[in-house]
Amino acid sequence: MTLLEFDSVTKVYSVRGAGQIKALDDVSFTLESGQTIGVVGQSGSGKSTIAKILTQLETATSGEVRLDGRPIPRHGSGLRRYRQQLRMVFQDPFASLNPYHSVRHHIERPLRLDQVVPRDELKAEVRRLLERVQLPISAADRRPHELSGGQRQRVAIARALASRPKILVADEPVSMLDVSIRLGVLNLLSDLQREEGLGVLYITHDLATARHFSNEIIVLNQGRIVERGTADDVILRPSHPYTQELRAASPDPEKFFASISDAEGGAR
Amino acid sequence: MSNALLSVQNFSVIYDVDPPVQAVTKIDFELRRGEILGLAGESGCGKTTLAYGIQRLLKAPAVITSGSVVFHDASGDDIDISGLGVEDMRQFRWDKISMVFQGAMNALNPVATIGSQLEDVFEVHRPNMSKAQRREAVVELLDIVKVGGQRRRSFPHELSGGMRQRVMIAMALALRPQLMVMDEPTTALDVLVQREILRQISDLRDEFGFSVIFITHDLPLLLEISDRIAIMREGEIVELATAERIWNNPQDEYTKKLLSSFPRLTGEKGLVKR
Repeated sequence: MTLLEFDSVTKVYSVRGAGQIKALDDVSFTLESGQTIGVVGQSGSGKSTIAKILTQLETATSGEVRLDGRPIPRHGSGLRRYRQQLRMVFQDPFASLNPYHSVRHHIERPLRLDQVVPRDELKAEVRRLLERVQLPISAADRRPHELSGGQRQRVAIARALASRPKILVADEPVSMLDVSIRLGVLNLLSDLQREEGLGVLYITHDLATARHFSNEIIVLNQGRIVERGTADDVILRPSHPYTQELRAASPDPEKFFASISDAEGGAR
Repeated sequence: MSNALLSVQNFSVIYDVDPPVQAVTKIDFELRRGEILGLAGESGCGKTTLAYGIQRLLKAPAVITSGSVVFHDASGDDIDISGLGVEDMRQFRWDKISMVFQGAMNALNPVATIGSQLEDVFEVHRPNMSKAQRREAVVELLDIVKVGGQRRRSFPHELSGGMRQRVMIAMALALRPQLMVMDEPTTALDVLVQREILRQISDLRDEFGFSVIFITHDLPLLLEISDRIAIMREGEIVELATAERIWNNPQDEYTKKLLSSFPRLTGEKGLVKR
């Protein structure tokens, strides 16, 4: 079922001295329940502009975004209800949590604001959400600085899940985490996508994890979609020169050492 | 002239807080002349402490508790770094060992032109150079790293992240050191720019013959650019071998675990298995 339609969206920024910059140029895609779309491209390609328009931190210059077939309401309670259904997980788990407040506060806030559960069930719901993201219950009374980067990112995911959204937009959710815990956080996102039927937009510059965790991949360059398809098609058989360039630039030890032993074999 | 550039023996560092933290424990290794040695490990494994420690760049509460670092100079002299006095150390640094820091965007002074910041290096370390000679040297450096000498009057904010990182490399290259320590030099850059910078580091190494200690947690990248790789965990080097051996035949369980935290870009879908 089509959950989200991003329909011919163009976003133009006016920059003093530089004139007009087209951050997104006629970009269209659809996201279904239980699907992960990877959005890849280099810095400035427009990846994060998509996230900003989806969350309505920016409005599109032209084009339309529809959730369940309905355009995003511009303001008021309609916009709030829309935002309950589409939540963000940000890149920096150190900056996205408030150091003054406990983990419980972070998770309870959307529960209260969106009146997800009755007041007397708040505690149980926080417990359920922490379990969902594989954090111990004791984490509820900790503050962000007492947690590791990976644990903080799990708190951010629990907070995003609190309003029971249909869509998660994850903008480089693991690039600031240690390598050994990146997979854990990505596996959690992929479990949620499968088990709760979430639509996930995974924005990243890392082609290897995009391939591993996405059903489809969209390649953005200078605000335009230059290539799209199933994850394996785009990464293994890139047809656009820009995608080929991105792949060639990404570390790939497998291919690297294979080509070395080929060269040595040929020389013998 | 021996093949070794740096001999590190029994090197330990603690952070003297309460309770004390053993950051680097009895590390021994030898860095060869002209090689790129990758230093990999997770946050807190001691890789940055080690790299800073061998140049005596650590400040309190870090304390070097044991060990020696000997620099085998191209002139044939062996310099015991831990035995250098303050003034000798000041002259030694940057002349023999230079450093490229991670946050290129923050490492440059925002209110001075990049040319004047590069000239500072010569003003301090080569006091006999004339103003004109300094300027000429700066233009040459900016040309070498392909920023272009005409950009010497630019301020850092007028350059992209990749260009600023090239300026940092130019600065590290200024005195033609025998060793460059690079701490996550490309982590903040996107893949295309990262690849250009790596290519440049490798070209410069071939041209000038310096050694590199390259610190990063990005093991796939390290495998492609390093001659040898040291894997660190909890203050110790658990494995040190050629990049090819680390990839094809890792010995240590932790090395295997680290390798298997990366999804494969090509080949069969899944994680790297060792």
